[in-house]
Amino acid sequence: MAAQAGQDAKFFQRGKIQEFRAELQAAESKDRKFTKRKTVLKKIVANITMGNDMSPLFTDVVQCLGIPLIEIKKMVYLFLVCYGRAKAEQIHLVIPSFLQDCSDRNPLVRALAIRTMSYIPIPVVIDSLTEPLRHCLKDKDPYVRKTAAICVAKLYTADPRKAEKSGFVEMLRDLLLDPNATVVSNAVAALSEIGDRQDGVIFKLNLTVANKLLAALGESSEWGQIYILDSLLRYVPEKCSDAEIMAERIVAQLNHANSAVVLTCIKVLLYLMNYMENRKLIDYICKKMGPPLVTILSSGPEVQYVALRNILLIIQRRPSVLKNDVKVFFCKYNDPIYVKLAKLEIMYRLAREENAREVLAELQEYASEVDVDFVRKAVRSIGRLAIKVEAASDACIKALLELIETKVTYVVQETVIVVKDVFRRYPGKYEGIIPILCENLDMLDEPESKAAMVWIIGQFADRIENADELMDDLTYTFLEEPVEVQLALLTSSVKLFIYKSQSETAKTIVHKVLKWVTEEIDNPDLRDRGFMYWRMLAVNPAVAGEIVLAEKPAITTDSDRMDRGALDQLLLHTGTLGSIYHKNPEVSDG
Amino acid sequence: MISAFFIFNQKGEVLISRLYRTDLKRSIADVFRIQVVSNSDVRSPIVTLGSTSFFHVRINNLYVVAVTKCNANAALVFEYCYRFIAIAKSYFGKVDEEAVKNNFVLIYELIDEINDFGYPQNSEIDTLKTYITTESIMSTASAVEESSKITTQATGATSWRRADVKYKKNEAFVDVVETVNLSMSAKGTVLRADVDGHILMRAYLSGTPECKFGLNDKLVIDKNDHGLGDAVELDDCRFHQCVRLDEFDSQRTISFIPPDGEFELMRYRSTSNVKLPLRVIPTVNEIGTTQVSYVVTVRTNFNNKLSATNVVVRIPTPLNTTTVDCKVANGKAKYVPAENVVVWKIPRIQGGAEVTFTGTAQLTSTTHRQVWARPPIDVDFQVLMFTASGLIVRFLKVFEKSNYHSIKWVRYLTKASGTYQIRF
Repeated sequence: MAAQAGQDAKFFQRGKIQEFRAELQAAESKDRKFTKRKTVLKKIVANITMGNDMSPLFTDVVQCLGIPLIEIKKMVYLFLVCYGRAKAEQIHLVIPSFLQDCSDRNPLVRALAIRTMSYIPIPVVIDSLTEPLRHCLKDKDPYVRKTAAICVAKLYTADPRKAEKSGFVEMLRDLLLDPNATVVSNAVAALSEIGDRQDGVIFKLNLTVANKLLAALGESSEWGQIYILDSLLRYVPEKCSDAEIMAERIVAQLNHANSAVVLTCIKVLLYLMNYMENRKLIDYICKKMGPPLVTILSSGPEVQYVALRNILLIIQRRPSVLKNDVKVFFCKYNDPIYVKLAKLEIMYRLAREENAREVLAELQEYASEVDVDFVRKAVRSIGRLAIKVEAASDACIKALLELIETKVTYVVQETVIVVKDVFRRYPGKYEGIIPILCENLDMLDEPESKAAMVWIIGQFADRIENADELMDDLTYTFLEEPVEVQLALLTSSVKLFIYKSQSETAKTIVHKVLKWVTEEIDNPDLRDRGFMYWRMLAVNPAVAGEIVLAEKPAITTDSDRMDRGALDQLLLHTGTLGSIYHKNPEVSDG
Repeated sequence: MISAFFIFNQKGEVLISRLYRTDLKRSIADVFRIQVVSNSDVRSPIVTLGSTSFFHVRINNLYVVAVTKCNANAALVFEYCYRFIAIAKSYFGKVDEEAVKNNFVLIYELIDEINDFGYPQNSEIDTLKTYITTESIMSTASAVEESSKITTQATGATSWRRADVKYKKNEAFVDVVETVNLSMSAKGTVLRADVDGHILMRAYLSGTPECKFGLNDKLVIDKNDHGLGDAVELDDCRFHQCVRLDEFDSQRTISFIPPDGEFELMRYRSTSNVKLPLRVIPTVNEIGTTQVSYVVTVRTNFNNKLSATNVVVRIPTPLNTTTVDCKVANGKAKYVPAENVVVWKIPRIQGGAEVTFTGTAQLTSTTHRQVWARPPIDVDFQVLMFTASGLIVRFLKVFEKSNYHSIKWVRYLTKASGTYQIRF
């Protein structure tokens, strides 16, 4: 049955209240098939959409409620949902009509009536809604019951005390045992929302109710499955076997076409794993989670993004889910930027000795793309890869040197930043490339890259022939540099002096810098550090040397890893906004 | 859940506005317009400001937007937006500003039905079309009986199918549509090659037929130990809600009662033994700083009874290209300056054949050397009656209590659309 294409675009024009009122009144006399009034109502709805206030037409619009056309009724209802709350004194005009519809023979009409009434949560409407709602919760038609279930949630939001006192929450709990799966899933959704509120009713599941809900799972719609699966987090398994049986029952849902069903199912499985002992079962389930997650990557980019941000968390907690699949996270050229950045992060996490070569080749490709942020992150990933996978460090350094050759400013700067960390990780191995870095000194104008380069010069001043000349140049602009760079210059000047204490230039530099820092700089950190160095050098240069050039703690990629407790908390919110921003919703503001 | 739903046009004007909750005002639409529509560099499909999050999906010249105030299930919100778009497509043919404005009343009815208080409700297109239509429904006695059938379907275990479907000719059409994803390195090695498959079915079958669907799925074959010819290894399968998931989980049988009409039965992914239907061999040389020479050969890798159609090869050119002289024996090639590509269109390439493009791009001199980013060569194509994964439908059995005879047709299509990339 093909729907006829409408022709209503012409109604999107700003209209005057008086004109619409006049048109409605004129139509009352002669309007066979009600076309005239239908037209005016459409114009009014279009105006509401555009943000124009149509509320003065309340009484005129409400007059149309008697017309036996569903299309007109729905437009009037839309009007009421928009303006009903603001028109408490006039709303009583529509209540008789609503009440009549609540006992209409047609279940669609009954459901429409209570649904609409519950969207106007002002006291006079709520009072009238109470009795019909009570009947509808026990209606013989499941469509009416499922609508009534959501109405209870709306009522509770408007007036929690009344909802509880009238026994609606209890009736909602009864609906959990309804024979119709759609009714059950809406009741679950309503109870979950009510149960999540600060002020009140507790909604927890015991094993019996949880099993009843699982029975409804197979017959529910995709959205109903999400509501039911979500609620299973309210069940606390008492025995390992309970958790294991439940997991086995829901694992088939991983094959659902709707990615929200898949992610919610994964959320529950990860939760249940905390209570399971059977290692084999845990591994089996982890392996089953991988393929559906990868399949989501051929869905729309928005859903891909949600999946990717969650995969980043999941693989930290359960690495066996996606051990060998780094290639599926390679970026497609036309992926939106948010997908590319998310994939990049995962590629890095999945990089190991076995796949490092392929990952590096990919990263090199990305470093030649056009989005600056993406390119910088790719370059940074090459550096992190060198630190993470020792066997790949040679190839990574080679790649970084090639990148410096390109002379693209942001690429060179990012490379310098990352090379500093590689030096710290592998002391003594790559310092041979320092001359090449020094050649590109002029390009570095960002604080982070400049500071990194200064650190390198200071740390390896003994191996750089013209270190003192370089430092002389760099300190020339000391007073105009940002604090980050000044700190680095300070420390490096001291190191230079300690390495090359015979050099007159080095002496002049360190003297100059210390004087500036202690006499002309306001920043307390810099000043204090300057005083400290001065005193150390004055009292005992040898000991100063030992302190300043002491062996640094090994740099690792451990800081990349999220704290286990925080990770587990986040995984309880798999698939939600919190899991995308990696912020625990209980902690953050919103 | 979802507090509000909006549709905006490109200018940020509101075409549809529906608040499901009272924790937002209509004026929130202005925030979206300023933060997203007017922003030239939006880098996420979710924009969160304080406690309000705007989830948006772009389709043609529209923004479909869902707004939440809580820690919403993000996947659910986007899937809901996708579903709305699918419903709109089915009702109106296309989803753009014109279609939305022309049918806004129906859209308001739909979004009142498929979402209650921010919770998505039944959104099966088939069911919706039985009671949300452009034809006015009078509230009469006969309407009551119809409505009971509708409500049963809308809340039933087979909510996707009416009980009283009748056809004179019982037919079922199966379309296996595979999209090949290829990323090939400049050296000619395959970086990644996988297949995203969709099996679409059009079921015009009477009554309540039970269907069983069989593929040359490796896991099935291993179980039965028949060793019949080539098996396809499916990495993952995802099914329409009508398929009995636990039967698939335990025995790999795909059994279902289909919805009436058109629907997507399953989606799958295959990454092993992917047959690449087209092989592209590019030779691109930069001659000094003034010219780039191209020799691009496309070879088809399948039976000569089949052919690749609608082949479009997009060959990137440097940004400072002025002209490209193109020589092709098959199809037409043209330089498109606005996109920095040469577009080579070949209507048909037979299996086992080879076609070549030769050309030279002239470059203007530039003041500063910019390394050419070299985006990959992109190939779009279609090959009928071919599957890159090797998947074959082995059987489709239909059982209905009246035991009628039904005709079944299976077609295969392999295509690439922005997913077949060859670096050079």
